[in-house]
Amino acid sequence: MKSYQTGTIAVADYTIPVVSDKLGLGDFIGAVMVRFGINRGNYKVDPGLYSTGSPDITSDVFVTGNYKLSFDHLRKNLKGLNSWILVLDTKGVNVWCAAGKKTFGTSELVRSINEADLRSIVSHRKLILPQLGATGVAAHKVKEASGFNVHYGPVRAADIKEYIGDGYRASREMRMVKFGFYDRLKLIPNDFIQGKIYLLISIAVAFIIAGINLKGGRFDFELKSSIHGMVNVLLGYSAGVILTPALLPYLPFRMFSLKGLFAGLVVSTGLFFTQLTGLNLINKIGWFLVILSISSFMAMNFTGSSTYTSLSGVKREMKISIPLQIALASIGIILLIISWF
Amino acid sequence: MKDQIYLSDVVTLQLDNEKCNGCGMCVKVCPHEVFELSGRKSHIIRRDYCMECGACAMNCTEGAISVESGVGCAAGIINGILNNTEPSCDCGGSKANCC
Repeated sequence: MKSYQTGTIAVADYTIPVVSDKLGLGDFIGAVMVRFGINRGNYKVDPGLYSTGSPDITSDVFVTGNYKLSFDHLRKNLKGLNSWILVLDTKGVNVWCAAGKKTFGTSELVRSINEADLRSIVSHRKLILPQLGATGVAAHKVKEASGFNVHYGPVRAADIKEYIGDGYRASREMRMVKFGFYDRLKLIPNDFIQGKIYLLISIAVAFIIAGINLKGGRFDFELKSSIHGMVNVLLGYSAGVILTPALLPYLPFRMFSLKGLFAGLVVSTGLFFTQLTGLNLINKIGWFLVILSISSFMAMNFTGSSTYTSLSGVKREMKISIPLQIALASIGIILLIISWF
Repeated sequence: MKDQIYLSDVVTLQLDNEKCNGCGMCVKVCPHEVFELSGRKSHIIRRDYCMECGACAMNCTEGAISVESGVGCAAGIINGILNNTEPSCDCGGSKANCC
């Protein structure tokens, strides 16, 4: 029996797991780990029907995906309620992303209803879905195929109790997605780690090329210079992956790549006042351009973690920004090579 | 809400006013208040806030809404180009490069 299960309930020939509506230390640690990109592909619960409290045939049915973070978040917000939880097989992915891929979708919902024999478990025909599931679910088609009426509840599980209290009505506020400071902050550790390939390659390249000194026809390797190079790369990366998301609405421009460019500029300006900017003027400018290109590129990747960028918009942004990033990086690297002599 | 605006005049969202029956589902499911019901019809009032998630088109029984929805994600587009497919974040596998 899983740690979050507190028992079982027998209903209509079936034995349904009862889960706790309180999160434990294990759940907390698991949540922190996935936020840092650890075990992220495997943080799942088995799809199927669960319950909280002691529900009966009249109790509400809430639907979610089998990403454990989603599951935990839902059951935590059903505290004190007697309800059914129908967990769809979204391959361990959260509701909104899965809805976009249609795994939190019409056919999976209908399949799940049939698999759980939900018609025998509850006498009503109402399902409460998170609003963001609407991207993948056609409510009218679910009704046609299963007889169940899809009710889109609030965006955030935290608003469920108020939603119910208001007669299963969501306010305007409840139907809007926010992207506040803490929302953005929570995404940073995982994004930092997901980009580790880009980071490690860039650091390795920087380590090598920053240290090279070919003055006077001799091949020389300066460790101090090499470390400076790595710091430059790390700062460029951090400007794109940490600073840009944290300060997103306060940075100028609408394109994320340009916000990242600005963040790179800020970081470079800060760097200017330390001893870390490079051997000579050409070297400094070279690193400056490299920082800008890394920062711009990583900031552009934050579009995937954001709650408001459109595919069409991102395509337009990339058409403009990728050539810009390539140009900045190329000129930067050429200047770095020139500065070796 | 002003801070959640991306680029202007770029989304593929279309609403056929003729077909609209005023049910209000689009208003309900939209996460960025793009639509508003007035005069028993839905109207696009904040086009530039649309993120092309497709929830509106998905839940319109009359087929009055169309939008090219897909992953609004630079990494997903790059991934698609490299693998010669549609833009894809490649989530849901054990590789898990989900954001």
